[in-house]
Amino acid sequence: MKNRLLWPLLALVALLLLNLVVTPSFFSLRVQDGHLYGGLVDVLKNGAPTLLIALGMTLVIATRGIDLSVGAVAAIAGAVACVHIGTSDSAGTAIVGMVLALALCALLGLWNGFLVAGLGIQPIIATLVLMTAGRGVAMLVTEGQIVTVNNTAYKQVGAGFVVLPTAILIALLVLGVVAFVTRRTALGMLIEAVGVNPEASRLAGVRSRTIIWTVYVFAAVCAGIAGLMISSNVSAADANNAGLWIEMDAILAVVIGGTSLAGGRYSLTGTLLGALIIQTLTTTVYTIGVAPEVTLVFKAVVVIAVCLVQAPKARAALSFRKVAVPS
Amino acid sequence: MTESPPPVVEMRGISLAFPGVKALQDVDFRLFPGEVHALMGENGAGKSTLIKTLTGVHRPDSGQVSLAGEDVAFSSPGEAQQAGISTVYQEVNLCANLSVAENILLGREPRKLGGIDFPAMRTRAAEVLARIGVHIDPGSSLGEHPIAVQQLVAIARAIAVDCRVLVLDEPTSSLDAGEVAELFRIMRVLRDEGVAILFVSHFLDQVYEISDRMTVLRNGALVGEHLTADVDRRTLIAQMIGRDLGALEAIEDAAEKHQVEGPVLVRAEGLGKRGAIEPFDLDIRSGEVVGLAGLLGSGRTELARLLFGADRADSGTLLVDGKPVKLRGPRSAIAAGIAFSSEDRKGEGLVADLSIRDNLVLAMQAARGWTRPLPRRTKDQLVEKYLKALDIRPANPDALVRTLSGGNQQKVLLARWLVTEPRLLILDEPTRGIDIGAKAQIQQLVTTLAAEGTAVLFISAELEEVVRIADRIVVLRDRRKIAELDGSTGVDEVVELIAGGAAPEPEKVVS
Repeated sequence: MKNRLLWPLLALVALLLLNLVVTPSFFSLRVQDGHLYGGLVDVLKNGAPTLLIALGMTLVIATRGIDLSVGAVAAIAGAVACVHIGTSDSAGTAIVGMVLALALCALLGLWNGFLVAGLGIQPIIATLVLMTAGRGVAMLVTEGQIVTVNNTAYKQVGAGFVVLPTAILIALLVLGVVAFVTRRTALGMLIEAVGVNPEASRLAGVRSRTIIWTVYVFAAVCAGIAGLMISSNVSAADANNAGLWIEMDAILAVVIGGTSLAGGRYSLTGTLLGALIIQTLTTTVYTIGVAPEVTLVFKAVVVIAVCLVQAPKARAALSFRKVAVPS
Repeated sequence: MTESPPPVVEMRGISLAFPGVKALQDVDFRLFPGEVHALMGENGAGKSTLIKTLTGVHRPDSGQVSLAGEDVAFSSPGEAQQAGISTVYQEVNLCANLSVAENILLGREPRKLGGIDFPAMRTRAAEVLARIGVHIDPGSSLGEHPIAVQQLVAIARAIAVDCRVLVLDEPTSSLDAGEVAELFRIMRVLRDEGVAILFVSHFLDQVYEISDRMTVLRNGALVGEHLTADVDRRTLIAQMIGRDLGALEAIEDAAEKHQVEGPVLVRAEGLGKRGAIEPFDLDIRSGEVVGLAGLLGSGRTELARLLFGADRADSGTLLVDGKPVKLRGPRSAIAAGIAFSSEDRKGEGLVADLSIRDNLVLAMQAARGWTRPLPRRTKDQLVEKYLKALDIRPANPDALVRTLSGGNQQKVLLARWLVTEPRLLILDEPTRGIDIGAKAQIQQLVTTLAAEGTAVLFISAELEEVVRIADRIVVLRDRRKIAELDGSTGVDEVVELIAGGAAPEPEKVVS
């Protein structure tokens, strides 16, 4: 396990060092009005939505699935919350709006779970439905407008501070809860069993359907929280662009973290590292001044390098002393 | 068939071991031009491994393969094909979306000016099809044709190259009687042209109809080579599932036969599923070992799966303790105290990428639900107990199951169910492909469990084993339960029942 996380960790350190070379003040932290600021804090804060979604995605991928709809679900969550809050500045309205949004997300997760576990549709197709239709739903909710709000309580979620940015705290809290729930109960083991061998799990009496259903609901709720964070940060709901392509970043984070797309064993720590790598990469692109036209290419090259260096064959080819994993 | 021409294929002293399994041990095999040669043996006997050694998929650890008198060592199926050995597998592996002609000549298309010469390809394909008397439009898409025709196209593809040896691995398993007759007609045409045909089938009738000679394998070893005309069914079956004398000696015959009295634990009344097994009645009592005997495809596994709810019955009822139980799936069977260890360890049994510990507790944990995890200490105690009791090696709970040998994997699977303390344990081929030592341990375990009051349904292709271990033997043939015998029945009697209903056989004294 430690071995698997070594390469993502090295990649992250390398990226951070690169930033340090380019921006010597990158690692410096300062406290202002009881709030912590600095390059690292920015990475964590901006990476929080991706991390949240990647956590849900990790469990989905562990069951051999994938959830493409998370970006759209995030947009719906922001739209529902903002439309409900409207011009109100009361904390109560904000809370009700957010609860409504998350409840709807859970419902959307149930829908995905129904398509995958209930009807047996391939996950990539099943969630593609909501990926495309979900943006339309968000448009309906916002009536095609970008809905702006001005609510102090709501702003706390994505842009607030409790010494650290609230977004970081929320993401870490969810990480903690997931780690606790899956590793302290038997859920993690059963998820892995279903992912490695669904038929053997069924014959051993595992409720595969319920488990698959649960992870899709969880992924949707994670996406909802991320959506609230994104919309709160800018005090607006943008049905078209909120969380756009974030599912791709999340899937990448999971894969970089060492969880196989073929399902089975997963690593939450790996996903955390993966999400940090992706966010650091985005930050790096800005700090070292990569031309906007080639940012995506730059990202792609780094991601390919990280994935390659993890592959047993590539490692063998690079003739490290470690013997390659038996195929 | 005369023996005058020299064999086209000769394999001498072939041995091949996979981790934990000796797949082939010192096997000799020869194949003459212009004959249909049946390769016989139960599952795990080494038929496929021998074929794959011939076709270059596996390299033998020792032994020599020669083709037309010359020693060869193929390193890939492509090389074997170049040398004239073509193989048609059980499942049609062609491209349904391409045309018949494209499928026949895929990878060796006639070329013209750097492109594919389609008219020439169709002509060539039509020639090949005509050779085996199949009249379909070479330009039609393969997917339009029924499976049987696709199978014939696969054969056409195999003989489109200069083919001296044609290997047919269970080509008839998805064909109906008329289609089989057509296939046999083509096989005879090819045979008369001098092609050597290696034929694998589990249907004895077909083997007797088409083959000239046969080679029998059991447990990776050669049992014998006969002219088909010289060997009757009973002898053949006895050879296939026969008497493993070595194993007999190694295993202390602890199984005391006894008539088990007492209440019926599980009763099936007219339980059946169309296309899988015809309705059957069956009683299993606590403390009783019931053996299921029958050839592959006789419905052994299907019967077991119905009892466990792995498949749903479409007729009849299942009673546990005299009360009808509706099995909606494995969960309800497990709740009723029924456990099922599948014959397909890798596919349906173990979770290969998880540790021994996780695999051991999986069934029990699944029954408890995810919210009530087994406490770490209970888990460790269970794991330690069963690692020791079943002598699982390595005795490291964190070792991944896929790194274990076949015998140890089987023990882990058994332990998973023993942890749940089942009242009825269904074991489907628990001793297949594992070494003698582990086999003896598992048989011993079954006897011990029964003595402690567990009911066991024991399925094995090895008749000796079933006869030795069972208090009662249920015989299946052609997906039907045909007899129920008490445990003192001899192997020969069971063989007779299994073979029965076939063509009249010469009188033989039952020993």
